[in-house]
This record gives sequence, structure tokens and C-alpha cells, in this order.
Amino acid sequence: MIETDILIIGAGPVGLFTVFEAGLLKLKCHIVDVLPQVGGQLTEIYPKKPIYDIPGYPSILAADLVDNLMEQIAPFKPSFTLGEVAQSISKEPDGKFLLTTNKNKKIKTSVIAIAGGLGCFEPRKPPIKGIEDFEEESIVYMVKDPEQFRDKEILIAGGGDSALDWTIELANVAKKITLVHRRTSFRGALDSVEKVHHLATKGVIDLITEAQAVDLKGTNTLSHVVIKHKEKGLIDIPVDYFIPLFGLTPKLGPIADWGLNLNRSAIAVDTLDYSTNVEGIYAIGDINEYEGKLKLILCGFHEATLMVQSAFKRIYPDQKLSFKYTTVSGVSGFE
Amino acid sequence: MEENTINITVTDREGIDHIIEAPTDMNFNLMEICKSSELPVEGTCGGMALCASCHCYVQSEHKLNEPSDDELDMLDQAFFVEDNSRLSCQIYLTNDLNKLKIKLAPVS
Repeated sequence: MIETDILIIGAGPVGLFTVFEAGLLKLKCHIVDVLPQVGGQLTEIYPKKPIYDIPGYPSILAADLVDNLMEQIAPFKPSFTLGEVAQSISKEPDGKFLLTTNKNKKIKTSVIAIAGGLGCFEPRKPPIKGIEDFEEESIVYMVKDPEQFRDKEILIAGGGDSALDWTIELANVAKKITLVHRRTSFRGALDSVEKVHHLATKGVIDLITEAQAVDLKGTNTLSHVVIKHKEKGLIDIPVDYFIPLFGLTPKLGPIADWGLNLNRSAIAVDTLDYSTNVEGIYAIGDINEYEGKLKLILCGFHEATLMVQSAFKRIYPDQKLSFKYTTVSGVSGFE
Repeated sequence: MEENTINITVTDREGIDHIIEAPTDMNFNLMEICKSSELPVEGTCGGMALCASCHCYVQSEHKLNEPSDDELDMLDQAFFVEDNSRLSCQIYLTNDLNKLKIKLAPVS
């Protein structure tokens, strides 16, 4: 079991910078994030976009800011649990929290800092009525094991890189692949687009453009995906699996059930120290809400800085905390 | 009506029309105007055409700026997309857009 001083939920810029500020106070951090990489929105949504309001940087690409933050926090040796959802929390007899992830990893911590940004990134689900009924058996939002589709008939929907890549990858595995896309042109790597067109021309896959999945049929298990074609109307396509690939979208996720005061899917905090209504749990960055809140990275950095001061007092109530400038005392990392 | 102000009609998801007076000299986009009028538009990505939470249907015949590749790519990941679908964050308000009519797309 991992033990830490501060468990940070969310590896976005604010979560990462928390490690630095906590490190200055000799507090250890562990970070959990649902995405397989650090950086949160900056990496997942807009890595190549410039940010203009980071103090001291007239312009910095989102991905570069993440790289810089990783370098800045490296001396404090944070540990990470990536690709897992912070699922539930419980209180230990010694007053500490025990967090369990969706993969049953357990982390014991004195303080929890939720830096969850927009929330937990989840696959975008097509708004097809009754889709939940087939989710367990026949619908795959994230392909993990290609062998699952060996000699099966599958329908992939979407027009981005993941739809193209999985079509190509599974072309040799599945018995039959139908790729359905709303437009005639695909976004995504040119090379992949060409490969998919080549597969379609050779008759290895069925490519249907200007169509969208609109309905699902089947008793117990999925038997058909109904697509609506711009000119031909409704078409039933027999399938074993339906793989909708429409990117990721943030949802508040399991923390909605942790007894925190919420205000329009943001966590209400006290601006004194960004504490929530649950003692020992703080919320910083885009996920919190208070009067005058601005969802800016730089505001999240400020919130993280004040928050760790409060966390220190909570963890070491008897110790005096003397404030030091890094210019004077430098940054001494952990062994 | 005041100079550099236009009227826009936004039909919400319950079918109710809201007439919004919007300034055209403040570099606002349609998503921002909807949000500031307390309409249920998330605008999660802040207006970068990266989330589709401001998806709407343009219902009047106004000539709008053509959607960028980024916007078209994002619409590929949205649902309930029609020929008149746009991301409202990519529509900047100009005097030509007086009496623009849009309808908010369903949330998925």
C-alpha cells in the first residue's frame, strides 16, 4: 500500500504544481489521474495551443508547460497512479484517509487535494436510447484486447485517429468490419486515412460515410446497429460488437458521491485555504467554486500554494511553519 | 436600437425562445453571450472549438463565417449533428448577424 502526506487527484498543471509547494514544506505527494499521461486538459485537449497568461512566459505551449512543471517538481520525487479513477474514500482508525481506485489500488493519506479540473475524462457515449442495456456485453468504448474481436462482426463509428487506427488494426482480426462516419472526409493522420480507403477498395472492410448510428437492436445481446444514411435512410447492420469512438469528455465522476458540497458540478470551498466541507479534503483549480472564481491556471497555482500551508498545519498541528523564500533557501529535494 | 447592438433569438432545449441583446463591438462569440445570459451552455473548453458542448443549430439564413477544420473535426465527435450544426464559440458577433436564430443542440 502506498502511503503519502498529500494525495492529489488530477495530474493537470495545478495538481503538478501542488507537489512543488508541498515539497517546500517537506510534504510528500502521490498523484492519481484517470488519463494514462500527466498534464490533464493541457495534454489531452490542447497540447499545441499557446497559453499567454502564465506569469513570466509571454507565450508557452500547453505541452511545454507540463514538461516544465514535471522538471520543476522532479526534486520532490512524486509518485503517480495513472490510468486509474479515484473511486472511493474511507476513514482509517488513525484519522487518515484510505483511497481506493477503480483497479483496487489503495493509497493511505493524511490529506486529499482534489485538483480534478473538468472532472474525470470518460469516453463520449452516443446518445442512443437503450445503449446501457448492451454496454456490458456488446459495446466497447475503449479497445483493450483486440483478440476479443477475433472472427467477430464489428461496427466502428467515428472519424478520428482512434476510429481509423482500430479499423486498420482489427482488419486482420475481425471477421467483418463496418466503419461508419458522418462525413465523407476523415480527420486524423493522412497515412491512416489512405490505408482505410485502401482496405475499403479491396473489400476488406465496409466503409459507410454520410451515416450515423441511430439505434441498436437485439434481445439480451446486440444483433444489429441501425445506421441512418443521408440518402439511403435506415440500414440494419448485423454485428457482434459496436465500437463507438468519439473521443473523451470530462464528467465529475465518483467524487460526486463523496459527500462534498457541490455547486453546479464544482466543489464549494472556503477561500481561506480552499478546504471543502469535509475536513482534510481540499479542492483547487478549475474544479472548485467560490465567489469571484476564475478558472485560470495561474489562480490554481495560487490556490495550491495556500492550500498546502493549511495541509501542513493539519498534518503537523504542533509544528511551527516558518515561511521561506526559495530565493533565500533554495530548493532542497527529497532523497 | 443602439449602435453595435444586435438581437439574437436562442431556442433552449425546452423549446423556449430567448431574445438576447448582444454587443457587437466587444469581440464576444455566441457561446459567451449564451453563457452570460444564463442559458445552459457549458462551453467547457472555453471557446477553443475543442469540446462541442456549445453545439447549436443555425435556423436563420444569415451568412456566417465558414467552419474551420478544427470545428469540423470537433463536430465529428458530437452527436445529433445536422447540416446546420455549428459550435457557437466559433461564431463571432457582428452587426450583420442581427436577428440571428439558433437552437441549442441536445446534451449528450
